[in-house]
Amino acid sequence: MKNNSKKTNSMKRPFGGIVLDSSFRIIIPFTLVYGIYILTHGEYSPGGGFQAGALVAVGIVLVRLIQGADKDSFNVTGPLAIVCAGVGTFIYAATGWLTMIGGGKFLDYTYLPVPMHHWGELHALGILMIEVGVTVCVMMTIIDIMDAIIERLDDDTEEEVVCDE
Amino acid sequence: MSKGLATILMTVITVIFCMCTVLLPPIGDPNSAPNQHVTPYYIEHAKEDTGSPNIVTATLADYRGFDTLWETSVMFVSGLTACLILLNNTEVGDKILNKGKKGGKKREE
Repeated sequence: MKNNSKKTNSMKRPFGGIVLDSSFRIIIPFTLVYGIYILTHGEYSPGGGFQAGALVAVGIVLVRLIQGADKDSFNVTGPLAIVCAGVGTFIYAATGWLTMIGGGKFLDYTYLPVPMHHWGELHALGILMIEVGVTVCVMMTIIDIMDAIIERLDDDTEEEVVCDE
Repeated sequence: MSKGLATILMTVITVIFCMCTVLLPPIGDPNSAPNQHVTPYYIEHAKEDTGSPNIVTATLADYRGFDTLWETSVMFVSGLTACLILLNNTEVGDKILNKGKKGGKKREE
């Protein structure tokens, strides 16, 4: 905490004043809830996985910019973000494999091995599953790139890299 | 030398692409080839084929689900590549990728 606060150009340093510190506590929950709404309601209205992932990522990126990158809350950094982006892609592909297990073709949601009676519900479930995968992948990719940019910027503005002991 | 060659090549390719745009059908032409092939089928049958009232979602996630799968993969790979290029520095890369471990791998001399 102390060794990062003396660097003036670091993007890890929190820059929020009292206005940002107070208002982001109201803005962030609405952003996250709106992202989940766009994800789950994407079958009926404009929206979907990509937009929902961008919104949820905006929530986490704003928290990291305002509160500083060293806070533990809402902090997804480094290898965890890369792994989660891969997991999102895997969720999408696993949906396709589930339909193949159920006896259909790849991504043919009518054959999902889930006990539902109407095929429309199966299609809605399949679309929701792949959009969850897309959301996780997009969200973690955005956080990942931002993390890399911050670390690179810190490395370029400093002369020596401070390794945390 | 090679920069001048690359500039000339890019100029030629750009001119060729811009000249090809006059061959494209006008936007919204109902008799053009893309609007005659599968688009009328998707518009007519999206509701009863997929159960989704949103044609965009029905096309993106159901008819063209395989396309969207690789689109997501492209997103993942591009993010991974951006990280690898931005962290093309041994000390910073070690600091990020070994952040979880205690006392990540330092440079030995």
